[in-house]
Amino acid sequence: MSPATIVLVLPEVLGTYGDAGNAAVLATRLRWRGIDAEVRTVGWDDAVPADADVYVLGGGEDAAQMLAVERLRDSAGLRHALDRGAPTLAVCAGLQILGRAFTVADGTRVAGLDRLDVETVPGRGARRIGDVTADPLVDGLSELLVGFENHGGVTSLGPDAAPLARVRGNGAGNGTGDRLEGVVGGSVVGTYFHGPVLARNPELADLLLTRALGDLPPLEVPEGVPSSTARGLAARFRDRFSPDAARRAGA
Amino acid sequence: MLDGRVLARLAAGRTVVLVTGTNGKTTTTSMIARALGGDGQVATNHLGANMPDGITTALLDAPDLTLAVMEVDESYLGQVAAATDPAVIVLLNFSRDQLDRVGEVRTVARRVGDAVAAHPRARVVAFADDVLCAGAGLRSASPLWVSSPSCWTGDAGVCPRCDGPVSHMGLRWACGSCGLERPPGDWALVQQKDRPDGGWSARGPDGVEVPLELALPGHANRLNATFTIAVAAELGVAPAVAAARLRGLEQVGGRYRTVTRPGGTTRLLLAKNPAGWAQVLDLLDEGPGRPVVVAVNSREADGRDVSWLWDVPFERLAGHPVVVTGERASELSVRLAYAGVPHRLADDAVGATRDTVGAVDLVGNYTAFHDAARVLT
Repeated sequence: MSPATIVLVLPEVLGTYGDAGNAAVLATRLRWRGIDAEVRTVGWDDAVPADADVYVLGGGEDAAQMLAVERLRDSAGLRHALDRGAPTLAVCAGLQILGRAFTVADGTRVAGLDRLDVETVPGRGARRIGDVTADPLVDGLSELLVGFENHGGVTSLGPDAAPLARVRGNGAGNGTGDRLEGVVGGSVVGTYFHGPVLARNPELADLLLTRALGDLPPLEVPEGVPSSTARGLAARFRDRFSPDAARRAGA
Repeated sequence: MLDGRVLARLAAGRTVVLVTGTNGKTTTTSMIARALGGDGQVATNHLGANMPDGITTALLDAPDLTLAVMEVDESYLGQVAAATDPAVIVLLNFSRDQLDRVGEVRTVARRVGDAVAAHPRARVVAFADDVLCAGAGLRSASPLWVSSPSCWTGDAGVCPRCDGPVSHMGLRWACGSCGLERPPGDWALVQQKDRPDGGWSARGPDGVEVPLELALPGHANRLNATFTIAVAAELGVAPAVAAARLRGLEQVGGRYRTVTRPGGTTRLLLAKNPAGWAQVLDLLDEGPGRPVVVAVNSREADGRDVSWLWDVPFERLAGHPVVVTGERASELSVRLAYAGVPHRLADDAVGATRDTVGAVDLVGNYTAFHDAARVLT
């Protein structure tokens, strides 16, 4: 059987601070379950494959985000993948690109790829920067989400989008003042949590993998990892939403 | 901060060299000061106090010295250059570092470029291989370029001139939209592999070539030395003289220093961002797989965000016995687990080196390094 494929989309422009880690975490968590997995990096001149298992988009500055949205606007591969419901993680600029539209600092409003019913505009206040926790609002997640926020935009959810979580403490989340964080729409999970988010939230990583591959075998962290760390990495996600999702849990 | 006019009055009449960039400021400043004559000849901010107040203090402490070499935090270059009217501005490199404190690196590099454009009489010495650095250097009419093999190309995907996509082919790079490309180097770090000392030399204009033979280890320092020889030549110091003066430099503020402890030695290394780690991993690759103690904190001076750990190819530590410590040890441990690097956790960096026999490398980010250096030196 061919290996499970995690696609890392345009890391040269959507790769601020550790975003590539999300793809590495997904592939490694499959390997720790005995499932062959690879990360396929889509560079600037590469086509986005249509048939991969999970897609990962990271963050970027304004100019990089503008480049990325224009580059992906005509990508048949990404369109087909999203049409068939491939699980996709989109962080920060990645989230904004997949929305209906976003406005950059100089006031230019740019059409997004229209996969999430959200629109983003620049915030008026200071950037919210710091560690943050949030209670998940999505079926299948029960553990507190942990991340690092560093953004100033305001992302409003439309009727076809649901929030991922509600932040605690002085977290900003989507910046809309209602403590909502991230967005879930179709097969896409969008978040402002860096960290990278899947390294700090193994349950969310396993949720994406389960949606792609169905029930997952138990995870075994290799020897040589301190036991306290290994305990934190162990599978905590249990399939709670779709027993018939076992499309290709091949191991 | 002190009045900019105070700094301007203190700098008046002196030949000022300003050194900025993400990595290597302190070491290169120390090298340039040494190459230009060293203590008693050159005013410099030895302790890494690289904001306007620290530079003012360094000039106050050396009222009679007409040469001044100052490292400048990249966010303050414009302000310091406006006050000191520099003869030379050195741009080492720009990469992601402390996004939560300093801001996004393209913005930092653009402001540095503005400072360069505002000082047309300054000779700008800049790194040609680094896209953002070249973009800032090109704001000068006739920059002097330094070039060398390097391995960090992150933050280099977007053109600093037109925001188009930049592609990389080995060391060369070019923008697909406006055609901006890597300038040819005036000074280059070159190697003749058949020579017993590694054969690293700085090659300059007019066929000048001087062997480096540094006591300081690693590729980053060979590049810092090439910058230094280029700057020294601009200010009238012969390359051979500058190179000879650098050979006695063995440590810079504790960096690269090797200390003896019961049962072995500990070498102190600083790495505080992905590009810095790329250099340290090169350095670790040059020797046998000795034990490495890695300490990571996330205090104000380090940056609160530790997600940069995921931009470091820690997979390359696999051949070394590794100990993880510092205030963010648990996050580093997770990173190493996903990288497939066996390791153990320890409460304290210096204690962890004492538990190790033989030669060990201790790598810390900013406050972790300084805490360990204070105890060990």
